[in-house]
Formats: sequence, structure tokens, C-alpha cells
Amino acid sequence: MQSNKLGWFLLAPTLVVLFFFGVVPFLYVVWLAFHQWNPFAVDPTIIYNGAENFRRLVFDQAFLSSLGVTLAFTFFAVTTQVILGYVLAQAFMRDFPGKAIFRTIHTLPLIMAPIIVGSIWKLMTTPSIGIIPHYLDQWFGYDLNIGQSAIAAFTITVIMDVWHWTPLVTLTLIAALVSLPPDPFEQAQIDGANRRQIFWHITLPMISPAILATVFIRLMDALRTVDEVLMLTGGGPGSATRYLGVHIFREVFPRTNYGYGSAVSVIVLYLTIVVCWLLFVGLIAPRNKKA
Amino acid sequence: MKRQSTWLSLVFWIAVSLITLFPIYWLFVISVKPAVDLFTTPDLFLKSFYWQNYLDVLTDRTLRGYMWNSLIVSSGNALLVTTLGFLACYALTRYDLGGKESIFFWTITNRMAPPAVFLLPLFLLMTSYYRIGNFSLLDTKIGLILVYCTLNLPFAIWTLRPTLDGIPKDLDEAAYMDGASSWKVISEVVFPLARPGVAVTLMLTWVFAWNEYLLAATLTNFNARTLTTGLSEYVTTTGTEWGVMATISVFTLIPALIVFSLVQKHIVAGLTFGAVKG
Repeated sequence: MQSNKLGWFLLAPTLVVLFFFGVVPFLYVVWLAFHQWNPFAVDPTIIYNGAENFRRLVFDQAFLSSLGVTLAFTFFAVTTQVILGYVLAQAFMRDFPGKAIFRTIHTLPLIMAPIIVGSIWKLMTTPSIGIIPHYLDQWFGYDLNIGQSAIAAFTITVIMDVWHWTPLVTLTLIAALVSLPPDPFEQAQIDGANRRQIFWHITLPMISPAILATVFIRLMDALRTVDEVLMLTGGGPGSATRYLGVHIFREVFPRTNYGYGSAVSVIVLYLTIVVCWLLFVGLIAPRNKKA
Repeated sequence: MKRQSTWLSLVFWIAVSLITLFPIYWLFVISVKPAVDLFTTPDLFLKSFYWQNYLDVLTDRTLRGYMWNSLIVSSGNALLVTTLGFLACYALTRYDLGGKESIFFWTITNRMAPPAVFLLPLFLLMTSYYRIGNFSLLDTKIGLILVYCTLNLPFAIWTLRPTLDGIPKDLDEAAYMDGASSWKVISEVVFPLARPGVAVTLMLTWVFAWNEYLLAATLTNFNARTLTTGLSEYVTTTGTEWGVMATISVFTLIPALIVFSLVQKHIVAGLTFGAVKG
């Protein structure tokens, strides 16, 4: 084996790039969050102001409403994806011809750019040109207007996210289901367990690590959804779909209040970490301990 | 009974596939319709093709520039992260570096953070600190290539590591015994064996960079704008050119579909940080 010096030398470019574009921005945004800085204000200097930015944040109606809709969006999207993904994965376990083709088609949305997904759903749901409002009106007399109804816009963003990301859950769970050993299921059937009992007492505990891993990944991604929503609704109507990322992009970034903007960014990062940590501590860690 | 359930499964999966495919089909339909037809009754099937939107996009100098930028940025970034990732993985698997497992895990944390959080610090750093004289990284292709490293480099490292772990270290040792230099071992012994993994990494990182929007939208304003940012420029409050918007979307989608057809099996593994083998 050659000297370790060469090893560090090979690793160095990676560490340097990630340091300047990962670590430095992170430290910089944390530092700025404790300062007051607006380069276009009367006083453009950077002044340390302690936790003032964070104090303001707690009373910022726009931020709080953004936080609320983000959590609601994440909850509805991820829950639907996991349930739907499980049903689809189970449906895939049966024998039928053309499995490979159906699986390929199902994987397709995963490679698509979020902004393209947003643009597609915009074309389908915009009143006057969209095919969905057209047929909803013709068949059910329902007027779908994502430009005016907050509920409609919110629902369409959830449906869009479900369309885009359910396949990831399905494919993850198919991989988990395929790798299950058949013995416990055969034993349960011999013992006369019904389908529901088998699901709750055998299938679910056995694939729960896979489900939790998927929830973890989906949660992280759903919390940072920006591109597709920006394209579809632009955060509107009002602030109905102004999720945290959209809020930063449209409200925080254009204003030149950099100190306050940094505080918002830091809180969003912190919340993402906390949510994932809670999930880990609450669900994954105790299970590992038991095992 | 058995036959019936087969039919049921087939019908079910055909329905699922239609739901998956319809939005993509509809995008194409809109892109080949003249603007006046958009507001009439939407027909599910096409009666004629109208290619003007495609000609408009291809002859638009600004959009051609955006396409060119997208191509350079994603190719440059994919090459850079795959090269750096390959070397890093070689170091991680071949050398006994202190804390290398922590470093390995730390790389992925760079990808986990929401990109929106980094908009402000990256913008400020690139305008004021990351510059040489008058040359700042803001609104340059090289700037975007470097910024995308935070997203793609961890990915490259995590997908390449199993590949390099799978190449027996005895091969390197044998080559060293024969008096080969480190560079020769890396380029002529290890690299050829890692080629399939490298190809997959190259293609997936390419697509991720090609698809990125948020950072490109904030860190460029004229010179280095990419196709995805061009797309959002066609959505304005005064009126959207739907046909052109659909056509740009199709153009953005095509390379992704090509890559998809080549490395379909690896996409799920890639998106779950390697937790699931697709």
C-alpha cells in the first residue's frame, strides 16, 4: 500500500469544493442570521443584533403561515404517497404479464425535472386551457380554479407531488417485499391467520424499516419542495401554497434584508433537521434497540 | 379464479400507467397545437401536427443560448463530480485515512439540506467574496458548475463507493509489485473495471444538473441562464405563451428520457442514497 499522503491528496479536491460551497455558505448564513444588514437601507453596515432577527420571526405572520402550509402539504403528500405506494407495491407482487414494462412506466416521473412537472400540471389545470377543469365542469359542474381557490391550489400541489413521487415509494417497497422470506407467511396461513392479521402482525413489522427509510427521504424532499410549486401556482392564490422554499425565493430573497433572510434560512434548515431527527428518535431508534 | 386475478392486475396496472403517462402525453399535445386551438374544447387525440412552436424555440437566439448553457453546465458538472468522486472513492477504499467514515457520511449531509436555505449565502458569497479582481462567480457557467457540486458530488461519492469497494485490492497490489505508478494503477487497472459504475454516475449527475432550477434562477441573471430558468420566463403575469412553454418543457424533458432509457434500473438506488437496489 502506498503512503496515506497520496490518499489525502486524492480526497483533497472533494473536500475543498464541498468546504467552499457547502460549509462556508452554511457558516456564513448562521453568522448573518445574528446580524442586521440591509445594503440598501439608510445604514448599510453589518451590525450584530443578537437574536433580534429570530424574535421578529416568531411574530412574522407571513413566515408562520408559510410554515403552516408547508407542514400541511408535507403531511398530506407523504401520507398519501406511502399508502398509495404500499397498495401499488402489493398489487405488483401478483403474477401478471408485462411486469417489466409497467415498472418502467411507473419509474418515469422520477427522472423528470420538478419544474417540468410543475409546467405540465400548470398546462393541465389552468382554467380556460386546462383539460382537468374543463372535464370537471362538463361532467360534475365543478369549477376548479387554482388561481382563486386556496383549497383547489393546495390540493393540486399535493396531487402533483403524489404523481411525481409515489413511484419512489412503490419501488422501494417492492424491493422490500421481494426480499421478505416466505416462511412466516406460510406459517401464519397454516395457523389460520386472516389477511388483516397477516398484514398487521407480519408484513408491516417486517417491512417497517423500508417504510421508515422511505418516509424519511420523502419527508426531507417534501419539506424543500420549490420548483414545481413555483411553476404551478407561484405560491398563490394569496399565500395558500407559499411553502417555505417558495417563501424564501419569492419574499425573503428579493428583499435586501439579508440578516433577516438568513434567520429565515437558518430556521428552515433547523426545522428540516428537527423533523428528521424526531422521526429518527421516535421511530427508527427504538426499533433498532429492540432488535 | 387465477385467470381472473391476472386480468384484474392487468387492468389495474394499465390504469395506473395511463395516469402516469397522460400528463406527459398532454404536454406533447399542447406543444403541437396552435395557440388559437388551446382555448376551444380540448380533444384527447391529435388531429394535426403544428410544428411552429418547435421552429420558434429552435430559432430563438436567447433560448438557443440557454440550451447551450444548460448543456455546458450539466456536462461540466457531471464530468467534474464524477472525476472528483472517483478519486475520492479510490482514496476512501484504498487508504487507511483517519476519520474516513465520518468524512464519507459528512459528504451526504451537504445534499440533505434544502437548497433554498443556501440561496442567500451563496448569492452573497459569490457576489462579494468568491471573485478574482473583476471576475465574480455570479452569473457564470463555472459558478453554476461549482455550486452544483454540493448536490452532485455527495451523490457521485455514494454511488461510486460500492463499485470501488467491489474491485479487489489485490489487483492494485499486484500492479504496484510490477512497478506501476499510482496514476497507472488508477487509470489503467481500477478505472477500466469501474467503468459501468462511472457511466451510471455520469449520466445521473448529468440529469440532476440539467433538471436543476432554483439555484440557477437565483445565481444567474443573463449570461449563464439555463433552459429551466428560460422556462419560467415564459410564465408572466401579462400572459403565458402556452405553446412555447410546452415546447421548452419537451426540449428539457428529452435528454432526461434518453438517460432514463439507459440507466432506468439505477434511478431508484440513486434517489434513495443507495438504500434500495432498483
